[in-house]
Amino acid sequence: MTHLFFYLTVAVYGCATIAYLACLLRTSPVLTRWAGRILVVGFSTHLLSTIHLASRMKYLPLTNMQESLSFFSLAIIGGFIFFERRYKVTTLGSFIVPFSLILLIGSSSLHEVARQLPPILQSNWFWVHALLAFASYACFAIAAGVAVMYLIQRYFLKTKHLGALFQKLPSLDTMDEISYRCLSVGFPLLTVAIISGSIWSEQALGSYWIWDRKQTWSLIIWIIYAALLHGRLTIGWRGKRAAILSIIGFVVVLLTFLGMKHSIVW
Amino acid sequence: MNIIVVGLSHKTASVEIREKVAFSPNQIEKPLSELVKLEGIVEGVIVSTCNRVEIYATTRDIAGGIARIKRFMAEYHHLEFEALESHLYSYHAEAAIRHVFRVASSLDSMIVGEPQILGQIKTSYGYAAEYKSSGIILNRFLHKAFSVAKRVRTETKIASSAVSVAFAAVELAKKILGDLSDKTVMLIGAGEMCELAAKHFLNSGAKGVIVTNRTFERAERLAEDFGGEAVPFEALIENLHRADIVLSSTGAPHCIIGPKDAEEAIKRRRFKPIFFIDIAVPRDIDPKVDKVENVYLFTVDHLQEIVQANLAQRGMEAEKAEEIIDQEIGQFHKWLSTLEVTPTIVALRNRFDEIRRTELDKTIAGWKDLPPDAGKRLEALTVAMMNKLLHAPTFVLKQSGQGGRVDLYVDALRQLFELEALQRDDEELELEE
Repeated sequence: MTHLFFYLTVAVYGCATIAYLACLLRTSPVLTRWAGRILVVGFSTHLLSTIHLASRMKYLPLTNMQESLSFFSLAIIGGFIFFERRYKVTTLGSFIVPFSLILLIGSSSLHEVARQLPPILQSNWFWVHALLAFASYACFAIAAGVAVMYLIQRYFLKTKHLGALFQKLPSLDTMDEISYRCLSVGFPLLTVAIISGSIWSEQALGSYWIWDRKQTWSLIIWIIYAALLHGRLTIGWRGKRAAILSIIGFVVVLLTFLGMKHSIVW
Repeated sequence: MNIIVVGLSHKTASVEIREKVAFSPNQIEKPLSELVKLEGIVEGVIVSTCNRVEIYATTRDIAGGIARIKRFMAEYHHLEFEALESHLYSYHAEAAIRHVFRVASSLDSMIVGEPQILGQIKTSYGYAAEYKSSGIILNRFLHKAFSVAKRVRTETKIASSAVSVAFAAVELAKKILGDLSDKTVMLIGAGEMCELAAKHFLNSGAKGVIVTNRTFERAERLAEDFGGEAVPFEALIENLHRADIVLSSTGAPHCIIGPKDAEEAIKRRRFKPIFFIDIAVPRDIDPKVDKVENVYLFTVDHLQEIVQANLAQRGMEAEKAEEIIDQEIGQFHKWLSTLEVTPTIVALRNRFDEIRRTELDKTIAGWKDLPPDAGKRLEALTVAMMNKLLHAPTFVLKQSGQGGRVDLYVDALRQLFELEALQRDDEELELEE
């Protein structure tokens, strides 16, 4: 049953990806509307599949790479649907939806066996930690997507190549605002995630901070985004520099997430 | 029933002639009522804008209807018919439908894609509906024209691009600064294009204007016009950070704003972007200013390029729009041509039946020793004859709806059998709405 939902989700996201990429090439309100609808359908099946899995396992599906990737992509799509409603930024979907699809396909290619939950994970602090961490990652993913769009749009403006894609992309101001919103939500989430993670670490291992690679890199991510947000709030950092830093931040997030198994969990 | 169009536009008549033929919207009731009183004219709508004056009407007699409307236009405005006629064009049947669809979709406008025309036609139609000069056909026709125009607007990019330099500047500013409602425009120097652009920015919601000029009085006068603020030319650089949009067109022989000034201004405004537009030749703003982060410099040449590209694109989009119109003409024409089939058949049957009854009654009344069931038999006989006689014409008329000859048949039947003309009537439309 979960599998059915899951493959359905992959298929629907596939259609949504095609629709959103087509939106880059053609201007059609009908197409835009349908791309949005397809995505909402995909998101719903994805959510159902996740809920179904959770109710079957009796815990949130965040305990291995397969589950986490799927949850990550769910969070990103959810965030994107919110921003698309709010700011009418269809073009963002052309960047975000394919990315989520890749995450989901990555997730489906892993066939990790569901296992007995190790006692170390049976802590409420772990769930809080994992949930918040993914929520913040989703914010950073959207911020990075917007940053890529910002750099493309800036390039068009500086080189005076004002073609069809330039017309499609949102204004620099809109992208700046979305990026700022994402960061100002994502950063506090990350902060609380790190704090709850260290409380959990204390419970499980008797120490708040054990300086394993995951924790160290999480701290680095936190510092990058802290710098970005601080720069923005104090001297009004924006534009190219902020966009590049936001992309770097997200690349580090991805590497930390994908490249390093959690020494405690996995 | 046929739709005819008679009128003139910027393509066929100069503004001097157009203004003489224009109908004032305040007194539109009189010409509308005179129009539908013309012989053979059933319904009428008058569209009068500064670029075109057109009359849409329905009639059974195409040539006569067109001639009478032409004469009406001349007489109503007390113009010499011969002088006016050379400027008038006329269309009927499919060409008339196509013309009105194109006008409503702004394909026939002076600036293709400009949005006003649709609203103007809607207003004109509103008058016609109010004074009941339009009826079932024109009501349906104009509603169709509005929906075609809407389709063209949403399915093509015909109206989405800027085709004047000033407008292109506004569009570009929106791409950089987003919503313009809290943005300030700075005007350096004066000049027609500069002022025009400033006006466009204010119309698009820009919050304030700062004006500066070598002659301070001039700056003050302009500032007053725009409801803005004048600053001395010497204070230009120190006020630069207050502007989101800078429009420059001085006659200065060398640059007045360099990259250092721009960098300084950007820092003071916490890296919020500035959009510079240099309209002056030679340039007012050092091209190196564009290298400063968060600063976007465009010259009048860049804007001109955008306009050229947009014009070319409009041409392409116009082709797409024509395709849409082609599709819609077919549908509407089909509706129009089948519109009269049923009433004509009914009228024809009624006519036959009326004759049959009259003759039957006459016969029976004069028949002295009428056998008991003869009345019934005669009734059955005449009805059968009538049905047989009418069978073929009814069948052919119904079938001709698919082909193009339905108008011909309907007209022939109505004239040959002296059927009543189709009346203007709004009932059906009211039911629809």
